[in-house]
Amino acid sequence: MLLYATRRFGLALLILIVAVTVMFLMIRAVPGDPVQIMLGPRATPELQARLTAELALDQPIWKQLLIFYGNLMQGDLGIDVFSGRSVTEIVFQQLPHTLWLILGSIAWSATLGIALGAYAAAHPNTLIDRVTAAISVSFVAAPAFVVALLSLLIFAVNLQWFPAIGAGEGFWGRLNHLVLPAFAIGLSWVGYIARLVRASMLEVMGESHIRTARAFGLHERRVVMVYALRIAILPVVTVIGVGMGFLLSSAVFAEIVFARPGLGKLVIDSITTRNYPIVMGSVLISTGLFVVSTALADLINAWLDPRARTAN
Amino acid sequence: MAKSRSELGQIIHGVARDPLGLMGLVIVGTIVFCAIFAYWIVPFDPVGMNIKSRLQGPSWTHLLGTDQLGRDTFSRVIAGGQVALQVALPAVFGAMAIGLTLGMIAGYGPKWLDNLLMLFFDTIRSFPTVMFALAVVALVGPSLQTVVFVVMATSIPTYGRVARTQTLTLRNSEFILAERSMGASMTRILGVHMLPNIVGVLAVLAAMDIPTVIALEAGLSFLGLGVKPPTPSWGALLKDGYSLIRQTPWLVVGGGLPIILATLGFTFLGESLRDVVDPKLRKQR
Repeated sequence: MLLYATRRFGLALLILIVAVTVMFLMIRAVPGDPVQIMLGPRATPELQARLTAELALDQPIWKQLLIFYGNLMQGDLGIDVFSGRSVTEIVFQQLPHTLWLILGSIAWSATLGIALGAYAAAHPNTLIDRVTAAISVSFVAAPAFVVALLSLLIFAVNLQWFPAIGAGEGFWGRLNHLVLPAFAIGLSWVGYIARLVRASMLEVMGESHIRTARAFGLHERRVVMVYALRIAILPVVTVIGVGMGFLLSSAVFAEIVFARPGLGKLVIDSITTRNYPIVMGSVLISTGLFVVSTALADLINAWLDPRARTAN
Repeated sequence: MAKSRSELGQIIHGVARDPLGLMGLVIVGTIVFCAIFAYWIVPFDPVGMNIKSRLQGPSWTHLLGTDQLGRDTFSRVIAGGQVALQVALPAVFGAMAIGLTLGMIAGYGPKWLDNLLMLFFDTIRSFPTVMFALAVVALVGPSLQTVVFVVMATSIPTYGRVARTQTLTLRNSEFILAERSMGASMTRILGVHMLPNIVGVLAVLAAMDIPTVIALEAGLSFLGLGVKPPTPSWGALLKDGYSLIRQTPWLVVGGGLPIILATLGFTFLGESLRDVVDPKLRKQR
């Protein structure tokens, strides 16, 4: 297990290093002077010279990369040229909003999805099983930002049940503002998780420890809830970990549609103002988040199922 | 060639027998038909403005109403389908072709090359798609080509990995060993003998991938970072609809429904195609 964990995190680190390098080279590959692009045409020569020195653009490219990595190790993603604040600080200020949104989305969709999947597996081929299956296929396909727009139209503009913009103040205010965006992001996950749980549940229900539990005369509900479901929800953990990138992408759209603060809004606003350090900083942080969560999901999976340690 | 045509006929027949598959086939067929014949179907010029009849609700003249510039929403929806497929098809087929080639090389070539390509795939996959798209758009500016490039780059690993796994399993099968012992070259083995066995699985993946691509194009256009106005894209319709959401619901509905329909159609078609082409795949995912 320790060996697997070391190797898995080693791979994650390697991927991150390559990803950061790719990103670094991408910025440098863009035609034109990066300083001029960052500062715009109205920048004074003094400001341009200062930024050139700060970004070490007068050095050879390998040295620039080394300096970049050196700064990164110290958590320094550069300085925002407009506000003079550190990029790391700005990004981490917005990150919690996005993480709460993702957590809220996955919390409701996993709960409902697991319940639906378990029920469908316990009563295969009944009406509710078929309805769940049909809804699953339909909702798996619905893109989050379209759901977000339609729910904004229906529940916020027409019915006015929920607020349309912002993140809210206080606990209940925040929760109230979280409902629609979390609904939009989570909707496609409900069906996906339900299908996943149903499939793995049916597999688990056929195993011998379930037969033993039944033979001992345990109540069917106890067999399903305690003995089967516990094992059957394992794939959900992996799927959520691997789906982190997808969740982050959906969150970008939900934040724009509902005008919420967060990483997505920060990136979009920075693109409009051509604030490249912030765009790159946000992309780096979210990539890091994604890589770590995928590695963690793999580790949890390997810890629970030793067969996964030797696969691949 | 005659054999493969009858196989194709069998596949279509198999898909049409499944109710969801038939539904998918009909929806996808309609979208493709509308996209090809868009300029004959549209009742109005999709970019033609008519300020006098702006922001109207649905009527017999304007089936889905008009937008803030008096452009006919229905015409823009039909023309938007053309844009969606113009992005989705080249991006998906490009990614499939590159992924297939790289995946087969990774599966058949030396171990170090395999490791290198896998690292390459893993790295690309480590970027959250939309974040990567935003980074690229921020650097090179929004356009149809940028969207195609981003989608292609981010989906290469999926095809590559599947092609690699398939190649690895086929590699030691008897017919490949026989070819090798007769001295067939690597290009011949990969191109003539492996390719037909891998391409079916990838085609199913591609069908399931098209809705994701359509959604991504619409999403970027919604953010104002995809196709440039006045090009009628479903995402651009949603963008206008979002800013006018308190004045008219019809732009959001007109932009949103085709995306959901297209997504549903391609997903149904893909799932049913998968069951027909390779029932074994059903257990995965």
